[in-house]
Amino acid sequence: MCAELLPELITTDPWGYPIIAPGPVPRDLLPLARYAVTMCPTLALLLTRAERT
Amino acid sequence: MSAAGAVSAGPAGSALPPRGLPRLIPADGPLRLADHVERYGPVPFRDRRGHGGRFGAAGLIGQVERAGLTGRGGACFPAGRKLRSVAENGRRAGPLRGQSGAVVVANGAESEPTSAKDRLLLTFAPHLVLDGIALAAEAVGATRAYLCLHESSDKLVFDLGAAIVERDRVGQNRVPVQMVPVPGGYVAGQETSLVNQINGKAPKPAFVPPRPFQKGAHGRPTLVQNVETLAHIALIARFGADWFRHLGPVPGPAVPSAPGSGAMAGSALVTLSGAVRMPGVYEIALGMPVGELIRRAGGPSEQPQAILAGGYFGGWLPYARAHDVPVSDPTLRAVGAALGPGVLILLPESACGLAETAWIASYLASQSAGQCGPCLNGLPALAEMLAQLAFGRPDGSALGGTERLLALVTRRGACHLPDGTAAFVTSALTAFAGDLRRHASYGPCPRARRRPVLPAPGHAWGAKP
Repeated sequence: MCAELLPELITTDPWGYPIIAPGPVPRDLLPLARYAVTMCPTLALLLTRAERT
Repeated sequence: MSAAGAVSAGPAGSALPPRGLPRLIPADGPLRLADHVERYGPVPFRDRRGHGGRFGAAGLIGQVERAGLTGRGGACFPAGRKLRSVAENGRRAGPLRGQSGAVVVANGAESEPTSAKDRLLLTFAPHLVLDGIALAAEAVGATRAYLCLHESSDKLVFDLGAAIVERDRVGQNRVPVQMVPVPGGYVAGQETSLVNQINGKAPKPAFVPPRPFQKGAHGRPTLVQNVETLAHIALIARFGADWFRHLGPVPGPAVPSAPGSGAMAGSALVTLSGAVRMPGVYEIALGMPVGELIRRAGGPSEQPQAILAGGYFGGWLPYARAHDVPVSDPTLRAVGAALGPGVLILLPESACGLAETAWIASYLASQSAGQCGPCLNGLPALAEMLAQLAFGRPDGSALGGTERLLALVTRRGACHLPDGTAAFVTSALTAFAGDLRRHASYGPCPRARRRPVLPAPGHAWGAKP
């Protein structure tokens, strides 16, 4: 489901689990990312704030 | 084991530091409490009359940091740093419903089938481990401790229980020590698995963060330390960081290391098994070359082919390659293996490295906690691929498929099982590349049919998680 919502960042492995593109979420995709996290039926996704280095 | 290097009692009940080896395993058998105190001296708690504040403000944690002791449970994480983190988090967390700061968890579960050192240490030197627990509890401000043991070792559970009671009677424990029987299973002894069990949950790894040093048993900052690490702490507390680090000349190539780095300092217990004349647990000075350790164990019992260093999350090395490598985590990692919980297994020429790897990949797949899709699905698929490479006649696509699976299972689980399995398999594809080519041309070798060298308790081909 998340791969359909956010194909720019998420692909699926052979078993349907998400493979997340590395790196921070681009600002314009943040609302979609939050939506994908909320809609995940198995709570497998997490959106965290990046540490400032 | 010779008696050389045993500790002798100095004047006024103080003990002289052990010279040479062994340090942890007494040469003359398990020590009861009275003999233990006579040999090593009383536990140098902070407030003990005559021994108080031996290390001043820097305290035990400072000494352990200076000693550069790294964890002996497999991750080789700096022990002093962990102690300091838990102590700081405990202070910050403050008292909670009357309980202050932190919790100490001693990991003696030894879930790695190829390791036997923790059982041996707990049998021969239980009071060194219990001293370590008490000292660590004092250092991090803990008010309770747990000692985790494999549930199958009835005698060990009984004897450790008796040792704890003996110490309680004379106030040697500092904090109550509760024993936790840990079920069998490869991931049951993982640090967050233990914390889960203590918290009344299933013996499965937890998602991190938070890690136990932040929030663990009963929600408190928790120090999880292997029992051997705690035994070293018990000796560092008595004899100091310089004593710990000084263990004779370190042969082999020089490894640049920062002051205080302990990856090659001190002694370590190593379980040596497979095709050696005298398999067993050896206490060595870190940095001893692999070949010298094998010589000490009577040499190979058959023509040697390869070494598995680090256990099932470690790596394979062709024997000629491994022979001169100093035994330590950084030097073994530099050649594609690891120290792990101090495990070295010698594979003879009569075995097939790919078959052994396929067998253990199958075992590890069956050990998945089943919490993470990539592990639950990926490891059995990886095991199936390995079986094709080992027992079939693999074509080019089989190897490509294996490599794709290896990428799919790494860094996608809550614990290290998929990553460790991937590292183990990756090293096999390198070390046994010759066998891969031969299998592709001629089919599986006859050596693949022999009984496995590597142990997989309770496992049968096709077993599911």
